[in-house]
Amino acid sequence: MVGRLHAPTPLPSRPALVLLKDITKRFPGVVANDRVTFELRPGEVHALLGENGAGKTTLMNILYGLYRPDSGEIWVKGRRADIRSPRDAIRWGIGMVHQHFKLVLPHTVAENVALGLAGTPFWAPARAVAQKIRELSQRYGLPVDPDRRVWELSAGEQQRVEILKALIRGAEVLILDEPTSVLTPQEAQELFKVLSRMKEDGHGIIFISHKLDEVLSVADRITVMRRGRVVGTVLAQETNKTELARMMVGREVVFRLTKSTCQPGEAALRVQDLYARNDRGLWALKGVSFHVCRGEILGIAGVAGNGQRELVEVLTGLRRAERGKILLLGREVTNRSPRLLSDLGCAHVPEERIRMGIVPALPVEENLILKRHHRPPFCWRGLLRPRAIRSFAHRAVEEYAILTPSLRTPAKLLSGGNIQRLILARELSGRPAVVIAAHPTYGLDVGATEQIRQLLLRQREEGAAVLLVSEDLEEILELSDRIAVMFRGEIMGIVSAGEASLEEIGLMMAGERRSPVRSEGT
Amino acid sequence: MVWADWLVSTVSRALAFGVPLLWGTLGEISAERSGVINLGVEGMMILGAFTAFAVAFQTGSPGLGLLAAAGVGGVAALFHAFLSVTLRANQYVSGLALSIFGLGLAGLLGRGWEGKPLAATLPSLALPGLSRIPVVGPMLFQNQTVLTYIGIVLAFLLWLLLFRTRWGVAIRSVGESPATADALGINVTLVRYLCVVFGGLLAGVGGGYLSVAYRPAWTEGMTAGMGWIVIALTIFAAWDPLQAIWGALFFGALYHLSYRLQAFLAPELLKLMPYLFAVVVLALSGFGGARWRRRAPGALGVPYVRGER
Ligand SMILES: Nc1ncnc2c1ncn2[C@@H]1O[C@H](COP(=O)(O)OP(=O)(O)OP(=O)(O)O)[C@@H](O)[C@H]1O
Ligand SMILES: [Mg+2]
Repeated sequence: MVGRLHAPTPLPSRPALVLLKDITKRFPGVVANDRVTFELRPGEVHALLGENGAGKTTLMNILYGLYRPDSGEIWVKGRRADIRSPRDAIRWGIGMVHQHFKLVLPHTVAENVALGLAGTPFWAPARAVAQKIRELSQRYGLPVDPDRRVWELSAGEQQRVEILKALIRGAEVLILDEPTSVLTPQEAQELFKVLSRMKEDGHGIIFISHKLDEVLSVADRITVMRRGRVVGTVLAQETNKTELARMMVGREVVFRLTKSTCQPGEAALRVQDLYARNDRGLWALKGVSFHVCRGEILGIAGVAGNGQRELVEVLTGLRRAERGKILLLGREVTNRSPRLLSDLGCAHVPEERIRMGIVPALPVEENLILKRHHRPPFCWRGLLRPRAIRSFAHRAVEEYAILTPSLRTPAKLLSGGNIQRLILARELSGRPAVVIAAHPTYGLDVGATEQIRQLLLRQREEGAAVLLVSEDLEEILELSDRIAVMFRGEIMGIVSAGEASLEEIGLMMAGERRSPVRSEGT
Repeated sequence: MVWADWLVSTVSRALAFGVPLLWGTLGEISAERSGVINLGVEGMMILGAFTAFAVAFQTGSPGLGLLAAAGVGGVAALFHAFLSVTLRANQYVSGLALSIFGLGLAGLLGRGWEGKPLAATLPSLALPGLSRIPVVGPMLFQNQTVLTYIGIVLAFLLWLLLFRTRWGVAIRSVGESPATADALGINVTLVRYLCVVFGGLLAGVGGGYLSVAYRPAWTEGMTAGMGWIVIALTIFAAWDPLQAIWGALFFGALYHLSYRLQAFLAPELLKLMPYLFAVVVLALSGFGGARWRRRAPGALGVPYVRGER
């Protein structure tokens, strides 16, 4: 085993809540877990850190019975546990909130909680469970309405449902896989309060996250994994960000990006009084106006679901604008096709990486030329030219440091960070005039985050206009030259990054309008 | 008066003709709510029709015939479940194969049976009291077999089961998001098997109704495409058993009217009518604001593999 492993302080009377011993799990081509040993004690928050693809989720899926380990043992409260399915895990008092929530969206909260819950009555199980939900949400401060349908809930509320599901099943061990990546800063604070209440009750919590500050403040101990192995376990009080990052990545990570002063050129993207509807036919954009100049990054901040997704879709030709105008390099492109927009030099880094960013089953090399497959040098008289494609892909993979077994590997098998690098490599390859990036570092580890932020800054330096949509306020503040805040489909105000205070932005995110708005936007 | 008579007989016949559609649709709703689409309804119904006829002919008991039909429908559905749930074969292909296989097998076995008269048919019964109500009585409560009423009761029971019980939550969750159900310890495979086989039982009875009650005789291909109407009806009813009652009645009326219009229109055109309506109805159900509510179960047609990326 690499690195230093703290000898667990002996707690004579209480055995570990969970002990994973020498767990090994192989997938075709990778060892996702290589003799991993991990211990969770009652009343502690134990964070699990590691790069994308380090094997954190795999390890937790093993504990939760979704995967079977190739070898190794699981002990729960001093007894050997043979966990073959989630049902067994639940019986052993283990609950898991998955990285991608496992909820039945069209059903009500109560139905979701009642699903498979032992001891609910045959008739009207949802009604019987609603009472219990209210009790528990009182006790732990997790407000949800049992009768609401899950698809209507915000990500934060959905997460509360997931936690309630685990608590109601009597979970003593709660696994949280990247719980804060979908939360607003306020919601994250709420979650931490809930966790500390659970700690006091003697629960053990396994907490996976890529945000080091957060891990340092919430965890008692931290175990770092790299490429399927445990690098070491440290006490949160005795470590710091730099050390953690080094343990994770194996090299130094720069947390402060160097950013030159902004020298904006002419406006490359202009949006005037834009109106659009969401999937349910309700207004999602209500008169949005702004512009982005060459050599500038405009950040769009706001709580998820305030029209950001629709804005990006309208700008990239994926959704109809009902009113208003979009000007790209001075040319009106309202409601034109995505291909025309992309041919005019508009790059799109979509929010849903796998669904919209790649064709999961196609190999890496074909994904890299998706946008330009119909044009030379990749296509000649309607026929693809494999040699040109291959050599382009070679260069892209090198330049953007995409980790892939081969150019013919299906893109879906890459880790999240590498999928994102692939998308950036494709989108940024043609020297775009405008880059529209939605949540570009969502769910990525510190190393990948750093690299992708640097790539965006490089685009700005090279004279592209960058529109950055993100819920990560820190990211917005760090990268943007100006910041626009969206609330309920409108822009509450646009401030320049230098003069923006966190508090002011927070207020705008909550719906307070900044007085001299209109003049800034148009 | 002529109009009243016409209306009474139309509704009454529409109801009678709607019965096999209703049974089939309830079965398909059961399967599809668990996430398995079964295009084999036509095959299961024709096998049911032949089995019911043959057994009723031999034993003299239409009830026994219907039971046998249910059994055969269930076994046929079991094949579909094995292929599509256990082996994770393409559900559409497996279902189509079942339809073609059923039609072929029933045709082969039924060769010697064509045109034989069935002495023991399922009796029509008039519900005491209710059948005397003017207009409504003859419309709904005379000249119907017991299967009409069981079918309607079954629709209510299935609705209760799906929307008011623990099992229903499990079934619908498996159909919407099997990964979620699995993570909570629900046996996705078992739920899907049960729902598909239950659907097969109902489709078998629906087919049996045709040959021992509606038109007590065996003719090759006597289901005449009803299985396909059932698939459309399931969508039309938005996977809701109660709406399936109206849907079945509506399409029953269409079938019936197309016979009434025989004197005026080319028979080929008449036979087309229900299908034409099915297409129109499907196209229409794609519109409107209630689309979210009327949408198919989220995992319909998708085999479930634990832990797949
Ligand atoms: N079902 C699967 N089939 C094949 N390979 C898999 C599967 N699940 C995970 N892997 C591989 O196992 C490795 C570990 O993946 P895992 O999801 O555990 O990483 P992680 O640490 O959770 O990363 P992230 O931070 O991106 O969530 C990766 O290389 C991944 O590609
Ligand atoms: Mg993970």
